[in-house]
Formats: sequence, structure tokens, C-alpha cells
Amino acid sequence: MSYDRRRFLADSTKLLLLTGAASEAWAYVSSGRPEAAPNYDLSRHWWAMFIDIEKCIGCGLCAKACKEENDVLDEPFYFRTWVERYRIPAKDSADLEAEDRPRVDSPNGGIDGFPDVYPDDGAKSFFVPKLCNHCAHSPCVQVCPVGATFESPDGVVLVDKDYCIGCRYCVQACPYGCRYIDPRTNTVDKCTLCYHRITRGLTTACCEVCPTGARQLGDLKNPDDPIHELLRAHKVQVLKPNMATGAKVYYNGLDAAVR
Amino acid sequence: MRELFRDSEHLVRLLLLFAAGTLLFLVARALLVPAGFGDYGHFRAGAITDNAARAPRFAGRTACAECHDEVVADKAGGAHAGVGCESCHGALGVHAADPDAQIPELPRVETLCVRCHEANHARPAGFPQVEPAAHAEGASCTECHEPHRPDA
Repeated sequence: MSYDRRRFLADSTKLLLLTGAASEAWAYVSSGRPEAAPNYDLSRHWWAMFIDIEKCIGCGLCAKACKEENDVLDEPFYFRTWVERYRIPAKDSADLEAEDRPRVDSPNGGIDGFPDVYPDDGAKSFFVPKLCNHCAHSPCVQVCPVGATFESPDGVVLVDKDYCIGCRYCVQACPYGCRYIDPRTNTVDKCTLCYHRITRGLTTACCEVCPTGARQLGDLKNPDDPIHELLRAHKVQVLKPNMATGAKVYYNGLDAAVR
Repeated sequence: MRELFRDSEHLVRLLLLFAAGTLLFLVARALLVPAGFGDYGHFRAGAITDNAARAPRFAGRTACAECHDEVVADKAGGAHAGVGCESCHGALGVHAADPDAQIPELPRVETLCVRCHEANHARPAGFPQVEPAAHAEGASCTECHEPHRPDA
């Protein structure tokens, strides 16, 4: 049987054409628009959080509930949310010694409470709950080389665990220190703003258990959401506004010392 | 005109090669780019669904109120009215789905109340705080206070 060059070229061209057409057809069939949850319209939400530092009592229930809800590792260096205690000496900032600098501590993220170790010497002291700021222009998304982290259309910064290669660029890029590598999967992990809850109409685990209402989830696209009144009635600030990250975690009573 | 295409065979070959290369690229792209990539941006749209797929572990206070409305009524107007059920009782999503599948444990008072109410300089001044030893003289919190309505 002779199989000359002419026939070989003709056959391989046909093969190429048919494979191309078939794979395009298969891609068309197997795709289909994703649906986050029934009755949940991605384009009708824009999530944010309001945190009132003047109400935070540092009980650490938010950090505890977050670990339970999201299956975060127990070790005291894996947190999706945590509480920091700031202590700013009651001295004129001009003659501050090194030991007088503002101090921050967060023993086990605040989960076990904060031992009252400091003397009552008039220093300013308060708690600051921290979590992913769900930036509208987030530095972590910009550095991801594989498109594994992204800002979803409803304003939540999420991670695609199937595509994350664990390169840690985003861990370095986040100015708020909100990301870590999960050693179980070797992919990055972070606060999802309890995406599995908010798409079902629930609030986040941290907001659910906060006993004083210091943390409140808000939907900026919902005109009836109480967050609009909270943002109007309080003098709010975001963390590191100079970095223009478009952070959507709004703090009331934020001290200038907080980083 | 004929003069121009006299030796056109090499041009046709080149064109065919180019077409084959383009096809190869299109096939590779169709096979390698995941479904839904680029629907909303430079990411796989299915990842949004993946993130939403987890089952919640905290049921939320509205789920508790469906059965335990007497507790909600008891709390109303008291100092703990705004405190969620699962703040003290822990995650009870399983219990909310099937009451027999998870029997909630009573919280341990010795460690529970002080988590919020032990005196701490960093707490807001207006928040009720006590030095437990001096305040109760060894008595349990619940001997005087009703947890759902502690100020009564």
C-alpha cells in the first residue's frame, strides 16, 4: 500500500480540522454559565464590611468562629480574621523612647482572649479586628501569574484553588497580611467573606457571633441595607488609604497608629 | 499576471503551513483554557461556584428563632438581646438541619462569661466589666444572672 506525501498531508489537514471543530463543540457543550446559588444574582451585590472599633471588646469570638466555619488550621499563624490589641503610650510623641512606641499584640489571634498584662498608666488601648479588605483594586489580584485569584463581580476577592500554583506572590503583595499558604493543599488561603454563606442569604460567621455588633456585613448595592446609614452616620476610614486599594472594610474610630 | 504567479507553488506551501500552525494554536487553546475562563474577567468563572459550594456550619440566629422563639422573646429588651445564639452555644448548623443529629452542649459558665466581661483596659469604658474574683466571691455567674437576660 502506498501512502504518499500528498495523501498524508491531505489526511492530516482533515484530522486537524475535525479535531479543532470537535473540541470547540465540546467546550461549548461543557461550559454553561455558572450559578453561585439559586436566586443569587452576581451583578446585584457589592459586599463590604463595617467595623466599629469603639464597640469591639476583644472577645475573639469572630476569629474562633471563622476557624470553625471555614476549616482553618488551628495553629496560631493561620487566620482568615484575627483581632489585634493596640497600646499607645500617653506621652508626647516628640519624646518617645523605643519602648514607648505603639505596641500591637494578638495572642493566638485573640481567640483565647487578651490577658490584661499592661498597667493602667493612662495609655490608649483598643482592639482592631482584621480581615481581608476585599479591595476593589487589590494588589494580590494584580500579581497572580495564573489568574487564580480575582475580584468577583459582587466585590469579593476569591481564590481558585484548582489553578493556584502556590507561588506566594499574592502573600507578599497583600498590604494587610491577610493571606497564607495552606500546607494541606499548598495553595493560598484567605477570607472569602464567607462566600458560601452570603450567597445563601446568611451573614458571615464572624458577624453572626459578634456579641456587640462591632462587625457588620453590608451590601452596598442594596439600597435598604443598614450599612448606608452606618457609613453616613459615622466618620469611617479604611486601612492604608494611601495605597489606593479600594478597600471595602470600613472602620469607625480608626486611630492613626493602626496599620 | 501569469508572470507574477509563475512560481507560486512555494507560496501555497507557506500559506498551508501558516494555516496549519493557526489551527494547531486554536486547538491547543480550546483544549488548555478551562471552561468559563474570561466570562467575568481573567479567571475561571466556575471558581465562584466552587467558593460558594461549602455547607455553612453556623446556622444563624433566624434559624434558631424558628423553633426557640420563647428564648428570643426572653432575650428581647435585655442586655443580651443583640447577642447571637451561636456566640455562646457554638456552631449549630447540624442541629438546625436535624435537631436529633447534634445535641447542643450547655456552655461552661466559668470560661464563657469572662471571655467578654473580665476587666481589660483595652475594652471600651462603657462596656460592663468585672474583676471576677472580687465581683462574685467565688460564686458562679448564673447564681445571680440569667444568661439570656443578665440585667434582670
